[in-house]
Amino acid sequence: MTTQDSTLATPRKKLDMRRFLDDWVMLLAAFAIFLLCTLLIDNFLSPLNMRGLGLAISTTGIAACTMLYCLASGHFDLSVGSVIACSGVVAAVVMRDTDSVFLGVCAALGMGLIVGLINGIVIAKLRVNALITTLATMQIVRGLAYIFANGKAVGVSQEAFYVFGNGQVFGVPVPILITIVCFLFFGWLLNYTTYGRNTMAIGGNQEAAMLAGVNVDRTKIIIFAVHGLIGALAGVILASRMTSGQPMIGQGFELTVISACVLGGVSLSGGVGMIRHVIAGVLILAIIENAMNLKNIDTFYQYVIRGSILLLAVVIDRLKQR
Amino acid sequence: MPQPLATQALTSNTDSLRFNGIGKHFPGVQVLANISFVAHPGQVHALMGENGAGKSTLLKILGGAYAPSSGNLQIGEQSLVFRSTAESIANRVAVIHQELHLVPEMSVAENLFLGHLPARFGLIKRGELRHQALQLLKGLADEIDPQEKVARLSLGQRQLVEIAKALSRGAHVIAFDEPTSSLSAREIDRLMTIIGRLRDEGKVVLYVSHRMEEVFRICNAVTVFKDGRYVRTFEQMSELSHDQLVTCMVGRDIQDIYDYRPRECGEVVLKVDRLLGPGLREPVSFAVRKGEILGLFGLVGAGRTELLRLLGGLARHSGGQVELQGVALKLRSPRDAIAAGVLLCPEDRKKEGIIPLASVAENINISARGAHSTLGCLLRGVWERDNADRQIHALNVKTPTASQKIMFLSGGNQQKAILGRWLSMPMKVLLLDEPTRGIDIGAKAEIYQIIHRLAASGIAVIVVSSDLMEVLGISDRILVLCEGVVSGELPRAQANESNLLQMALPRQRG
Repeated sequence: MTTQDSTLATPRKKLDMRRFLDDWVMLLAAFAIFLLCTLLIDNFLSPLNMRGLGLAISTTGIAACTMLYCLASGHFDLSVGSVIACSGVVAAVVMRDTDSVFLGVCAALGMGLIVGLINGIVIAKLRVNALITTLATMQIVRGLAYIFANGKAVGVSQEAFYVFGNGQVFGVPVPILITIVCFLFFGWLLNYTTYGRNTMAIGGNQEAAMLAGVNVDRTKIIIFAVHGLIGALAGVILASRMTSGQPMIGQGFELTVISACVLGGVSLSGGVGMIRHVIAGVLILAIIENAMNLKNIDTFYQYVIRGSILLLAVVIDRLKQR
Repeated sequence: MPQPLATQALTSNTDSLRFNGIGKHFPGVQVLANISFVAHPGQVHALMGENGAGKSTLLKILGGAYAPSSGNLQIGEQSLVFRSTAESIANRVAVIHQELHLVPEMSVAENLFLGHLPARFGLIKRGELRHQALQLLKGLADEIDPQEKVARLSLGQRQLVEIAKALSRGAHVIAFDEPTSSLSAREIDRLMTIIGRLRDEGKVVLYVSHRMEEVFRICNAVTVFKDGRYVRTFEQMSELSHDQLVTCMVGRDIQDIYDYRPRECGEVVLKVDRLLGPGLREPVSFAVRKGEILGLFGLVGAGRTELLRLLGGLARHSGGQVELQGVALKLRSPRDAIAAGVLLCPEDRKKEGIIPLASVAENINISARGAHSTLGCLLRGVWERDNADRQIHALNVKTPTASQKIMFLSGGNQQKAILGRWLSMPMKVLLLDEPTRGIDIGAKAEIYQIIHRLAASGIAVIVVSSDLMEVLGISDRILVLCEGVVSGELPRAQANESNLLQMALPRQRG
């Protein structure tokens, strides 16, 4: 028995270490990178740059919160970049035609919700692969954005609308506050509601979740619908920051969001993911991009570096499954 | 790498195949122990035994899919251990598995020569391919067009293509793993003729089957396995009777881990009335009473799992109905069954039971938490913690903490956690599909105790098992299925190993 106990004790210690690393290492890395940039780059910590960094985090961060649910359930959503563009355009067009900020924002969010519902229903009920489904809706929604906007940016003149992107509460920009609220809310939702736990169960083992009585189809539809809605919210904020709805914005944005999640430690194969993973991934990507800008690194090189980081993220995901 | 030419030169067409003390263990399980026997050329040698006796593992070792942990094979004078399928093929061994290894979307000819297609400069010589394929299929399956896609062939025809493939590689040893399990009567006749021809050509033929009449029809010798051990070889089929063979397959010491205690059974809880669905060939009717343990016995493919999946709402029934306490159940999904209190522990624990990356507590709480949450969605931390601890304690789930990922637990403890999931729910009928498969003996005994405890508390339990001793050990009554048909029903007092196996073994094909 004693030999058995000693053989059992060592792997368990290793497991705990591994679990700790899985949970926290990327968030620690994000802070380390932040400290490194503070020390090495002039003006990195300046209020102006911090504001810019915060704003850069906001759009990715908001969309990544719900992308976490897609990935945790073992799926993808490629349509989020198009949803962001289209919701901005819809908000701008509706405000132009009705002069009502309320109607504009509602129309934009409604559009996102409908796209998400369509994604969810096709994926859950018709059992079409999520990659293909959202690849299709990505193109459809992008096309709709151009059609609604007549191919060019639609300006917004209602000043009340600017509050989403440019307002401040106690000196903190509203987009950053909304991002923090999203992090807190979706982090809580994942751990403390049946919806959140069912999402993880579906990603962990869909068959087992179904046999355990989880309403798999409904949960999936909610995941995509919420993702569409939150994507539209991010689009509204972006449109507000730019005071116009731009149909060409957010190309490739979906991949930035997915790479942020995966970089932070969310598994592409489902069943693994926490909000701190998302926060870490979003922070790391944004800090590195911000640092590259401050260092005046050529855009072309930035592409190479960003791609390398994405590759690294996927390799890390792969290695973790070993 | 083996040198196929050299080894081919060493084995001749009159060599016998000898298994020398073959053993195989996986971590924690001894699947085969010290198997030794000889299969002679010009004979069809049957391998028989219950499910899990080790026949398929032995064929996998022969085919190079597994390396044996001990012992070796001997063909003629040569001692061999195959480390890959390629080595097995190079030594003129072909194993024809239940699941055929053909590429359905490619033509018959391409499948026959896959890996060594006749080609020049990478261009396939179509004419030669067709010609060679026709040569191979001649006399075996003349009606098959080599250019036909394999997907369009019947199962029997596909099997013939596999045989042709084996012959094209010069196989001297040919092993069949349950070749007739999905063939029609006519196809079986043809297969028997061809196997007879292979035998007459002096090949060593191994034949794994559950079907007695086939074994008596075609085989010259039978070796019986049991629990991964060699029992005996009968060289004279004429002196062997049907009953003698069955007795040899089942006879063993019974260890009483089942802890059976007679119980009083109450009124009928679940009534299955002329139920039809996938996997069932004739309508199935039976009833289970309060506190009763009903065993469902049958060989693999008899329809036991399918019947249980129908009751658990995993498959849709096409006829008949299921009544729970006199009320007809709507079973459209597992959720319907669960809502009614009919709870299923699935056969494949890894694939359908556990959520491996989630904690033990998650796995226990997943089903019941909805009813114990605020407004149906906000989890109650206190209930979550208490329920997990309660079930872990009551069922003796061995885990360092409730937050341990369930994948790190042993099979027995995973199974106990799944039972804990259902014990957190209001339960009327418990459906257990192979509840102790792959579980060590200690945990088995604990699970039997849990089953008895549940039955004593008034729950109706249906246990599907291919383990004869288990079924006999724990059931109050046993229903036997054979090829999608209920072939018999016995109360505990009348059931024994040979009458159950007699009922479970297919005799004639309709």
